[in-house]
Amino acid sequence: METRDIVRAALFAALIGALGLVPRFDLPLAAGVPITAQTLGVMLAGLLLGARVGAISVALFLFVVACGAPLLAGGRGGLGVFAGPTAGYLVGWVFGAAATGWAMRVCPFRSVFARAVLASILGGVLVVYLFGITWLSWAANLTFERALLAGVLFLPGDLLKAVAAAFVAQAHARTAPTPLKGRA
Amino acid sequence: MIAGHLSKRTWLHRAPAGAKLIALAVLTVGFFAVERPAYLLAGLGATLLVYAALGREALARLALLRALMPIFAILGALQFVASGAEQAVATVARMALMILLADLVAMTTPMLAMMDALAPLFAPFRRFGVDGQRIALAFALVIRFVPVLLEDWRRRDEAWRARTGARRASFRLLAPWVASLPALADRVAESLDARGMGRR
Repeated sequence: METRDIVRAALFAALIGALGLVPRFDLPLAAGVPITAQTLGVMLAGLLLGARVGAISVALFLFVVACGAPLLAGGRGGLGVFAGPTAGYLVGWVFGAAATGWAMRVCPFRSVFARAVLASILGGVLVVYLFGITWLSWAANLTFERALLAGVLFLPGDLLKAVAAAFVAQAHARTAPTPLKGRA
Repeated sequence: MIAGHLSKRTWLHRAPAGAKLIALAVLTVGFFAVERPAYLLAGLGATLLVYAALGREALARLALLRALMPIFAILGALQFVASGAEQAVATVARMALMILLADLVAMTTPMLAMMDALAPLFAPFRRFGVDGQRIALAFALVIRFVPVLLEDWRRRDEAWRARTGARRASFRLLAPWVASLPALADRVAESLDARGMGRR
């Protein structure tokens, strides 16, 4: 692994942490719905860094959190977050970033925006939900359908985040001085 | 940065990190098998006693659980409708117990000790060029760059508000902020390489 990839992974891991700490910002469509932006960071890691480095970046972030850095939204951190009912989402982030990066590369559309929206929904929403809801139903002893019901509450916010991530990917594709491996 | 860990050294600080992690794993797996709410509540009580034994600073950490109350309420309610009060109590008690036990380890283990204890988990990835030194470097970069990125965001936010009169930050700040990251990463990587990082 080149130094460049390590540093990119580390900086996007820091971005995911910073996104949990910035004061909330308004998305125009959401009309004041508060959005915790960390899954946005997961999507962006996949979109801008590609599957491999993106997944490493998210895994690194979770490792730093597991070691005790309070970087999850609301200042949570430490091993406790991997014991909680939402731990599946966190583990799902790693695979979500990988799926986002993979989808961004193979998706046939010409438009960066369209590719990024699809990739973010596939990786950052579907894959993350698959892990999150499976874990929730197991940890909380619920049927999958009921866990799904609890998880779907976050769906509108997450779809908006996929659109926001795509805007960023498009802006990046237009302004980046050097192309990225993730073909964003 | 505030670590999640207690500043005052307690008797639990002296236990080796690896032993604490193994004990945590055993207890976690064990309590997953327990179905009776009475036993789970007893475990919860015992854990709270350990918190009390660690002193006031540890007990104050219990307030952090408040953030999880809505999730507990939703899950408890779903469980109550699906399979009755006993199951609801057992589910919520089990989750609280898992979180409190894990926090207990996190609170009494300094970050570096935790890092050393968790490092063996990465051994299988050595084939892919992941080694301890690089992980340590990446770890330090993450910790260092969170405040750097926050400061960058704050400056952009301030400029935006000064020039537009808007009271709140806009999502428009997001794209330039994030899009500047890969270039920043490349500059950092260049300076690391220039200082001998790439040669091994």
